[in-house]
Amino acid sequence: MSMLQITDLSVTFGGLHALKDLQFEVDEGEIVSVIGPNGAGKTTFFNMISGMVTPTAGDIVFEGESLLGLDPSQVTERGIARTFQNVRLFANMTILENVMVAQHCRTDQRVFGALFQTQAFKAEEDAIRKYGEEVLSFFGSRLVGYRLDQPASVLSYANRRRLEIARAMATRPRLLLLDEPVAGMNPRESAELTELIGRLRSEWGFTIVMIEHDMSVVRDVSDRVVVLDHGETIAQGPYSQVANDPKVIEAYLGRPVGSEQTDEEVRP
Amino acid sequence: MTATSENLSMVETPGVAWRKQIRFALIGALSSAFIALAGMPVGLDGRSIIQPVLSMGFLSLLWVPFVLATIAGSEVVLEGMTARTRDSKDLLAGGIVGLGSAGGLVLLMVLIQNFNLRDPLVNWSPQLLNLLSFNRSLAVGGLLWVLLGLILGVFGGAMHVLPKKLCSRIRTVVLSVFAVSVLETFLTDLLEGFRLEVLTDFVYYKRGGLEVGGALLVAALALLIPLLVGTRIRDVKKQVVDLPAEERKRVNLILLAVSAALLLVLPFFLGKIANELLANVGLFVLLALGLNVVVGLAGILDLGYVAFFAVGGYTTAVLTSPNSPGFSPELPWPIALIVVVVLTGIVGLFIGAPVIRMRGDYLAIVTLGFGEIIRLLFLSDWLSGWFGGAQGITNIPGVDVGIGTVKGTDPRSVFLLVLVFCAIAIYVSWRLENSRLGRAWMAIREDEDVAEAMGVNTTNTKLMAFVVGAVLASFSGAIFSAKVGSIFPTSFLMLVSIIILVVVIVGGMGNIAGVIVGALVLIGVLGGPKQPGLLQEFSQFKLLIYGALLVWMMLKRPEGLVPNVRRTRELHQDEFLQDAWLKGEIDTGDQEELS
Ligand SMILES: Nc1ncnc2c1ncn2[C@@H]1O[C@H](COP(=O)(O)OP(=O)(O)OP(=O)(O)O)[C@@H](O)[C@H]1O
Ligand SMILES: [Mg+2]
Repeated sequence: MSMLQITDLSVTFGGLHALKDLQFEVDEGEIVSVIGPNGAGKTTFFNMISGMVTPTAGDIVFEGESLLGLDPSQVTERGIARTFQNVRLFANMTILENVMVAQHCRTDQRVFGALFQTQAFKAEEDAIRKYGEEVLSFFGSRLVGYRLDQPASVLSYANRRRLEIARAMATRPRLLLLDEPVAGMNPRESAELTELIGRLRSEWGFTIVMIEHDMSVVRDVSDRVVVLDHGETIAQGPYSQVANDPKVIEAYLGRPVGSEQTDEEVRP
Repeated sequence: MTATSENLSMVETPGVAWRKQIRFALIGALSSAFIALAGMPVGLDGRSIIQPVLSMGFLSLLWVPFVLATIAGSEVVLEGMTARTRDSKDLLAGGIVGLGSAGGLVLLMVLIQNFNLRDPLVNWSPQLLNLLSFNRSLAVGGLLWVLLGLILGVFGGAMHVLPKKLCSRIRTVVLSVFAVSVLETFLTDLLEGFRLEVLTDFVYYKRGGLEVGGALLVAALALLIPLLVGTRIRDVKKQVVDLPAEERKRVNLILLAVSAALLLVLPFFLGKIANELLANVGLFVLLALGLNVVVGLAGILDLGYVAFFAVGGYTTAVLTSPNSPGFSPELPWPIALIVVVVLTGIVGLFIGAPVIRMRGDYLAIVTLGFGEIIRLLFLSDWLSGWFGGAQGITNIPGVDVGIGTVKGTDPRSVFLLVLVFCAIAIYVSWRLENSRLGRAWMAIREDEDVAEAMGVNTTNTKLMAFVVGAVLASFSGAIFSAKVGSIFPTSFLMLVSIIILVVVIVGGMGNIAGVIVGALVLIGVLGGPKQPGLLQEFSQFKLLIYGALLVWMMLKRPEGLVPNVRRTRELHQDEFLQDAWLKGEIDTGDQEELS
């Protein structure tokens, strides 16, 4: 049985069908890319899995249990973590604190432990810190050392994206949802991150669903590509097959019917 | 065309900003007239700063030209620009602001003499006129004010012209004299404890204020002490900072222990008044520390915080007083306290549960409502069988601690008890802030949705902040009950919530030391909602000053008197980033690698 199974998922915002009867599944250990033109509903799709938006119809089943009606924090506890397209770090917390707080649902010391500084509390704090540093050092030396105690707001754009991934990793997920992880990175950086995404699976054992506009990244790392347009799946399969699918090309280039823009394009 | 940084440094900021000076002159005129019409000069005339030269009443007007001229003269020097060399024009600029402020008063005097607007403006009185004109004719009085305004304004402007060191000396002297005068009640009390009445008699005039000789003595000390120890303190500080982390920790611990010991001994050298004052400050420190957890750490704007203070106070009263109308188990205070803490915690949960789902403005309004509801419940006829309605509950016994009883008639014992609970509250805030829970609060304050998506159960975490805040407030309520000996709904007006919030904001949100400083300054000096402070004469202007202070703080120093590093970052994001950039701390990506 697949790890994540989504059936007939729909959501409407006012009159807008952001997603329509979406079918989707991911097997354990897969890397799946979700692509599609702007406004296709990709981020909405992530929001729905992570519990931030409630679907109007359909079901989301993760490891055999439905996620419907769960709070986002409960979804994270089940083992799904995400990053945000418009980087949303805790900007005034330090880099280390960002990954420490993400371990919240994997730890359980409360007021008592903190007040009486119990052995269990101290041990847990140490473990949180250590795991945080471990996660950060996945990205080389960029986020560790003197950076640990600097606020996240001083980081460069690319490093903020890396920290977002680190923060998601710190929640100890099994399924990682990455929303445009290489957006805004230069070709070198995105090549490097592509490699890291591969290692996230091989070394950390994460299953990954990734939204990405950068086709070279999609090509290099994904086992399977799902194409969304206007809230509907219009194609899925291996990259080579999807890239040549006329429906996909059409979705990206525009529709021939009723659109002035295409009229102009068609004109010789 | 782009200017290189070299070009920039050649550019001098242009001369005096005359428009700004005129604007400040007008502000000065309005402020002076407003202060006069608010009744400060007359109301505060009885309190002298230096007998018979200067009274608080006059001071309420005299600071205007000086301070405004100083502010008007200050200029922001941007990075890469050189500061303008100051010259006599700056003195003139200060003079203009000073003249403006005086002008406002002169105009007011002329108006008072020729028109009668006593109906709308109660302080539009001949008495004010007499005071303003120094009991002389209007012409003489007006002339004196113009001169005073001019001198003070020029002096204010001079603060930018004179060498920096001299200015800071002057500031120290003036502020010391003012502080020693304001702290009169406290210091006489303390010196009496050390049997140093001789000194008090010399420094202070019998009916309040400094003697001229005393003022000179204080001024001389303020000049000499920094000269003698100034650099030495800095050296020692530097030595401590340079120590390895382990030893620095030990030095800090020793410092902490010494100050704790001093604080514990202090009440025994203080008289009734000073102890009473500090006990009141302590009660508010407790409240402010609790609210600080809610507002400062978790970012929940609770405007009904007084509710928990009330629940703590009333529960203690019911459980300990023989006069409790409904249920009167007459428990000893320490046992009652356990019930109080549990009960207030539960009330915190019950109020919190519906409120916590709301955000921002809505939450603030709803908490405000709950605060009032709780007070009205205690006041209501419906529950008067339990809480005595408007008659309240009286005859609350003190706290029996074996060697004696802590109660209001013995403020020293109350202060000691409050100290113990403040220590507990400080410890609790400090430990929680640096724990899993504290980090979750911070994350919620930064971005609630993302915190939730990162696995933080925001509802429970925020409820926890509410409950911790409620419990700390209940400590304060329990001590308040035992201290005052009787309890009425009027002690728990909405105003109390607001004042606690102002203490937290002015002191520095999210910072334990800040909250304590805030309570000392506001409650200690100005006084609490009902408790008199050092400046008892200020009681009628207390709220005016609270309000003015709050507005000024929000505009000029939103991070508070003793800022929390993180909070400051949030409020001054741009400046912070610029500083970090200049210091080379900003991460500019992997450019080095690329090149
Ligand atoms: N909370 C919301 N309320 C109303 N409309 C929304 C909301 N969230 C998304 N939408 C709409 O749903 C559609 C899909 O948006 P979504 O953000 O999922 O697109 P996307 O595929 O991620 O696009 P992009 O590539 O630009 O990130 C858009 O038309 C958007 O305006
Ligand atoms: Mg998107």
